[in-house]
Amino acid sequence: MKVGVIVFPGSNCDRDMYHVLTDVFKVDTQYFWHEKKLPSNLDAIILPGGFSYGDRLRAGVIAAHSPVIADVKRLAGRGMPVLGVCNGFQILVEAGLLPGVLLKNTSLSFMCKWTHLVVENIKTPFTNKLKLGQKIPIPIANGEGRYYADEQTLAELKKNNQIVFMYGEEINGSTMRIAGVCNKEGNVVGMMPHPERAVEPQINPIDCKPASLIFESLFNTIGVTN
Amino acid sequence: MSTYTVYVTIENKPGINDPEGETILNDLVLKGNYSSVTKIRSAKMLKFTIKEKDIKSAEKKVRQICDELRIYNPMVSQITVDIF
Repeated sequence: MKVGVIVFPGSNCDRDMYHVLTDVFKVDTQYFWHEKKLPSNLDAIILPGGFSYGDRLRAGVIAAHSPVIADVKRLAGRGMPVLGVCNGFQILVEAGLLPGVLLKNTSLSFMCKWTHLVVENIKTPFTNKLKLGQKIPIPIANGEGRYYADEQTLAELKKNNQIVFMYGEEINGSTMRIAGVCNKEGNVVGMMPHPERAVEPQINPIDCKPASLIFESLFNTIGVTN
Repeated sequence: MSTYTVYVTIENKPGINDPEGETILNDLVLKGNYSSVTKIRSAKMLKFTIKEKDIKSAEKKVRQICDELRIYNPMVSQITVDIF
């Protein structure tokens, strides 16, 4: 079983993600440069955070046209779990794999701070070991993290149970405090906060168990036992 | 074929707030005592230099690029195209 971490020009959380998967969870993980083809024998795909193409034009939009995205779409269409974190979420949205859009934070600032999430959907491959309403201490680090969905999209999200995480506090002006969403099928999940920065006690001042469950949910889904 | 310059202005739709424009208005212009200014909207402008057979084709091609490559996000943004 293998997890693929996609690397775009300007990704900067790819190593953190690789470190967590390999050193913390002992899972076979491989980097894939965005111009390379993805093998079909992967079990999950993660798009890490960063500043692909320096956020030129709009965060994520240029990377969304990368050659690898066609493969991500194909494998996601077959039901493969796909997680986008931060810039990875922005890329999934711009690629049309997830609904909505991420705008500049209301504060206009790059925000780097600890907050907490509230779990709203426990049916995705990344949340099935969490409990509804469970709180996850986790850091955010973004400038364009304000999730926006128009009324029609928001109604669809609610109807299809596509809101996965909400912030436990008003933080950046996101519609309904949304921090993470999934596609209709539930296998593609995007979130602005960084779970890979919250699973080790050395760097998580609060509690690293809840964020660990995001990864453990994935391993539960794809059949890995640690 | 002629060379045309096509200006594409990308701005938030009227209902979508624009914290950058609001900050420029409230914290710069109004504090600078230009009280006759009532609104500022920020935008991004792209200037395309393009070779096409006529002005209509140039505009059509640029609009096509903007739509197909998602130069703007239609959920929150709109474009205006000016050609010279």
